[in-house]
Amino acid sequence: MGEFKVHRVRFFNYVPPGIRCVAYNNQSNRLAVSRTDGTVEIYNLSANYFQEKFFPGHESRSTEALCWAEGQRLFSAGLNGEILEYDLQALDIKYSMDAFGGPIWSMIASPSGSHLLVGCEDGSVKLFQITPDKIQFERNFDRQKSSAIQKMIVDRQYMGVSKRKCIVWGVAFLSDGTVISVDSAGKVQFWDSASGTLVKSHLIANADVQSIAVADQEDSFVVGTAEGTVFHFQLVSVTSNSTEKQWVRTKPFQHHTHDVRTVAHSPTALISGGTDTHLVIRPLMEKVEVKNYDAALRKITFPHRRLVSCSKKRQLLLFQFAHHLELWRLGSTVATGKNGDILPLSKNADHLLHLKTKGPENIICSSISPCGSWLAYSTASRVFLYRLNYEHDNISLQRISKMPAFLRSALQILFSEDSTKLFVASNQGSLHIIRLLEGSFKHLHTFQPQSGTVEAMCLLAVSPDGNWLAASGNSAGVHVYNVKHLKLHCTVPAYNFPVTALAIAPNTNNLVIAHSDQQVFEYSIPEKQYTEWSRNVQKQGFHHLWLQRDTPITHISFHPKRPTHILLHDAYMFCIIDKSLPLPNDKTVLYNPLPPTNESDVFRRRTAHAFKISKIYKPLLFMDLLDERTLVAVERPLDDIIAQLPPPIKKKKFGT
Amino acid sequence: MAALEDEFTLSALALGTGPDGLLGVEPSDKTDHFLVTDRSRTVVLYKVSDQKPLGSWSVKQGQIITCPAVCNFQTGEHIVVHDNKVLRIWNNEDVNLDKVFKATLSAEVHKIHSIQGTEPLVLFRGGAVRGLEALLAEPQQKIETVISDGEVIKWTKFFMVFRHPALVFITEKDGNHFAYVQMFNSQNLSKYSLFLGQEEKSVTLNFTAYVDRKFISLMSLSSDGCVYETLIPIYPSDTEKNQRLVRSLLLKAAVSGITRNSVTLTALDQDHIAVLGPPLSSAKECLSIWNIKFQTLQTSKELPQGTSGQLWFYGENLFMLHGKCLTVVPYKCGVSSLAGALGKLKHTQDPGTQKPHFVNWEMSQGCGLGSPNSEQSRILRRKKTEASLQPEVPASEQLLSTVKNGSEKYIEVELRKFLAKWTPDFHTIGDIITGLLGRCKAEPSFYPRNCLMQLIQTHVLSYSLCPGLMDTALERKDVQMLQLCLQQFPDIPETVTCACLKMFLSIGDDSLQGMSINVESVFYYSNTEQDEKMKEQPEILQNGFNPEENNCSNCKQDLNEKPQDSTEETALCPVIPKRAALLNGILHSAYSETFLLPHLKDIPAQDITLFLQYLYFLYLKCSENAAMTLPGIRPPTLSQIMDWICLILDANFTVVLMIPEAKRLLINLYKFVKSQISVYSELNKIEVSFRELQKLNQEKNNRGLYSIEVLELF
Repeated sequence: MGEFKVHRVRFFNYVPPGIRCVAYNNQSNRLAVSRTDGTVEIYNLSANYFQEKFFPGHESRSTEALCWAEGQRLFSAGLNGEILEYDLQALDIKYSMDAFGGPIWSMIASPSGSHLLVGCEDGSVKLFQITPDKIQFERNFDRQKSSAIQKMIVDRQYMGVSKRKCIVWGVAFLSDGTVISVDSAGKVQFWDSASGTLVKSHLIANADVQSIAVADQEDSFVVGTAEGTVFHFQLVSVTSNSTEKQWVRTKPFQHHTHDVRTVAHSPTALISGGTDTHLVIRPLMEKVEVKNYDAALRKITFPHRRLVSCSKKRQLLLFQFAHHLELWRLGSTVATGKNGDILPLSKNADHLLHLKTKGPENIICSSISPCGSWLAYSTASRVFLYRLNYEHDNISLQRISKMPAFLRSALQILFSEDSTKLFVASNQGSLHIIRLLEGSFKHLHTFQPQSGTVEAMCLLAVSPDGNWLAASGNSAGVHVYNVKHLKLHCTVPAYNFPVTALAIAPNTNNLVIAHSDQQVFEYSIPEKQYTEWSRNVQKQGFHHLWLQRDTPITHISFHPKRPTHILLHDAYMFCIIDKSLPLPNDKTVLYNPLPPTNESDVFRRRTAHAFKISKIYKPLLFMDLLDERTLVAVERPLDDIIAQLPPPIKKKKFGT
Repeated sequence: MAALEDEFTLSALALGTGPDGLLGVEPSDKTDHFLVTDRSRTVVLYKVSDQKPLGSWSVKQGQIITCPAVCNFQTGEHIVVHDNKVLRIWNNEDVNLDKVFKATLSAEVHKIHSIQGTEPLVLFRGGAVRGLEALLAEPQQKIETVISDGEVIKWTKFFMVFRHPALVFITEKDGNHFAYVQMFNSQNLSKYSLFLGQEEKSVTLNFTAYVDRKFISLMSLSSDGCVYETLIPIYPSDTEKNQRLVRSLLLKAAVSGITRNSVTLTALDQDHIAVLGPPLSSAKECLSIWNIKFQTLQTSKELPQGTSGQLWFYGENLFMLHGKCLTVVPYKCGVSSLAGALGKLKHTQDPGTQKPHFVNWEMSQGCGLGSPNSEQSRILRRKKTEASLQPEVPASEQLLSTVKNGSEKYIEVELRKFLAKWTPDFHTIGDIITGLLGRCKAEPSFYPRNCLMQLIQTHVLSYSLCPGLMDTALERKDVQMLQLCLQQFPDIPETVTCACLKMFLSIGDDSLQGMSINVESVFYYSNTEQDEKMKEQPEILQNGFNPEENNCSNCKQDLNEKPQDSTEETALCPVIPKRAALLNGILHSAYSETFLLPHLKDIPAQDITLFLQYLYFLYLKCSENAAMTLPGIRPPTLSQIMDWICLILDANFTVVLMIPEAKRLLINLYKFVKSQISVYSELNKIEVSFRELQKLNQEKNNRGLYSIEVLELF
């Protein structure tokens, strides 16, 4: 199949921010996750848990509460005292409104979704009415003597259930009048709201119980502790056929190493997140009807988008962090070896550049041009373009100022293969084409979104010959534009699952599209139809193990010399699809890491199939071909991330 | 936990059942097959699991079956009595009962009893009992009357008691009940009158019995609704004829106070009985399972259609007439425990795989009586003389009687024969050894040492099975026996271990010389042979200041000095090999510190010192090689040695501090331990270095932050 030199890169020092809030929306089966840096991510649980949208963070915006209201409108509130509404179409912040109560610690929507209630630092609880396009302050509830109000699930009633000196981290108010509180003493307590009396108390942890979420049916709830444990409580009958029910702690789960800051309860799963940055979705087996892949435990650690770009010509890697970019030059070797050998380096990798952003906003996207002389990134309010000059070992950076006003914010930036054009997907759904000249630029054209749609394009792909530009949003199909004639060429039919990666093959101009349900399509742009191979794949279907992978394909590339090869990778494997070989069926071994040593050529030919998979590099954040014999793989070992987290609560273990 | 499973009906009964129900349900020779005899003329063979009849036989019109059909387990034939005196024997293949073997007897038969492992017995109305073979050899033989006039047999049961058949029957005369126990090994008929106690008004309605180890536990259901227990000894202690037995209340108010006939009870196992009858609260009949140990009702099942007041229990099935149907209720019983009785025990077992948890120890296992095959039996049937008809006295029984009065030599010979012939089970061995020990106690001169040794070497004994054995050996200072016991018994109490240790330490060398003791665990036998005669040297006491005493800081120096020092001092084993072998036995024994420590305090100081010296010696020997082991077969391990040093020091701390003999020993021990500690701390340091090296090795594999590798895809 091929022998490659692989640049195995582990110096991308990326640490995902911890999870602060999760909010589950039953209507759309989506999950909103906010992180400690203010980033908000939207996961589509129906689309194989794909992270389909994200809103970049902001240094001053620490999100303390996140909730869905009025159907599918998403609000957050944080320590800057503002309530934000997110525009889920344009991937933008619709507006922010100051609650004038100091930092906001908690927010909840009323059960009907018509009102928002926030708890502020000054002890006040403020009620906002949700109007069709904004929120409106309605009234202020009396200031309580104690300033820390954590959470109120139902309005108009405040239960003072604080005990001793402990902090109540969360309360839930059930429709039968039961109040459940979780507190810093490790207790889950049930109160009768009518009499204000304690009904039952469960001591479940030696540390704080920090979060609680109740199922819609109110027959089950979940709490998360600072020890990383998640406990499931269920309302079960006292005896098998009695109507009397009681709350019972049923299952403990330990999927986290650090504080579980937040939990959510979907109809079929317990969702938890916290300081250890993992988003854990633990299906409730009794609620899962079909034993399909949704019944598996999900642990999502890495973003489902690319943070790395690569200049093939100069062998550069650009790493994107929240507030800075790092540019590295790969090393080299003259040695050769056989499979598995580590080659001696004649030159080590160099850290060329550390580019800090100005301002508090997080970087949304970044890109380095294939030639290595252009670098662009975008925050929520500005697009930055730099010219890089290389003189021997020195590198100089020149900022291209005076970016046009319409380039306010980009969701995706892409350079053409010859580095003469820059394609920018703005969050209003428009695509800008900019010609790059030595030290300056010229706006060529803007493709406006289809009439009526404002859906943001998040994925771009340009053909190596520079004639075609493919762009994909979240739901509508992939649009293909003719760059020469500056018009929409065609639209690939919409598919049920969001696109996770796009690429256009050289020469053939076939567009390869990967979807979150692990399907891969090949679409011929010139012929405006799916290719024969793609049809065959659809007819025969993918191998079941291929479909069961739980991370999306985040990058697709092609071999310059072998037109039948498609290279793609997700977080745990990298695969070369050889279209000339037969497809594997469910009986064949999809992944065979061992070289076929003893088998005869006949056998080898018979068992060979199109999918050549390697699982050596993981978690894999980026992989690409530098040239026909060289690959670059960017790994981020989990241990390295854990090493950068604060230490977890030490648990006394026997013998230690 | 005892549990009743779902009942099922065997037949919608074409059987002619009168108001009195069936005549009987008896097991057949195949498991799951049962013979059902009705009140008139029919015998049906059922396969219970299939719920279907396999065969049916009827006597001629005008004849009437008077006693339930049974199976002769030795031949597989069925036997039935009709018209009180006519015996019929037939096979499954026979169709017409009129044409099968017939024997007319001279007296009326009450019942034929047949159980696995022995020939059927015929009980006559007059109380006489005959073996079937003997009866068939001479059908018209004269049958004597055993019970008095007016006495009527009410209930009978046939058991195997220690592989010997025993028949119990209860008679009634003028409201008084008498129990007769017929043992067939001794042809011994004992009669007991059952004494009712205070509750004179109540009438005993029904009986059941269960054989315990020494007693037949006879349970009776009285008309006051209570269950009483009467213990009938299996081996009557004296020969006095008419003994009175007092019953004791076992279970109160199992059924409501009744005079009706339809109540009965059956023992299921030693802890459970089944009671059929209306419970206190309701008038409806109920089948209840009671745990008599905890006096709790385990389970019950309502039988709304009424029963005939009959209940049979075989294997796992309870049989009864429910309404007009013969109904089978499978019964399962787990080990009963308090937790189970209180409902605290988790019910973990899969009900499908549950088996009854009691084992019929009395069941013959193919040896003992030895059942001749059916062909032989049939030929023999008419030829056998009465003399040979008595069940053979089994070998173990013979041996037991030999044990009681034979000479030591004779017992030994017999025992050897017995052991060569039979694979010993712990019941027999237990009986034999108890017999031997009992005799030892009674006759001080009797000490069948070789027999006991032989028995111990059967590997089936444990301390708890023969608690007297080691005590006897201790009394007689039989260290060889004790050594063997220490090796073989897994459950020696700490007191006894300690007593052994005490004896092993204190017994004189002279007396040890004469004994043959297994010294395989003592490796240095040859080294020290020449020293054997050497008397234990009196400890050399150093007077005055000992410069080595507190030179804790000079460990290094110690370390260097130590080797020569220790070899000089301890190359000689402080005890002779035989004693060492005995002590090794102690070191190997299992113990619990808490229980051992108090007893160790009783050992005299001199012995403690000696033992410590020996342990110190072993410790030094252990440290001589890197693996820290001693050579030899089953030598004491280092941890055993260390544990015992700690134990001895803990138990006798003040003593060893006080006595001058121990002083030098303690100092040496201390120095040695200290030097060892310094060695280990050095090792610790080395270990850290090695660990770092290992880490470096691993890091090499970890590849660092950046590498260029070769990948080949296949």
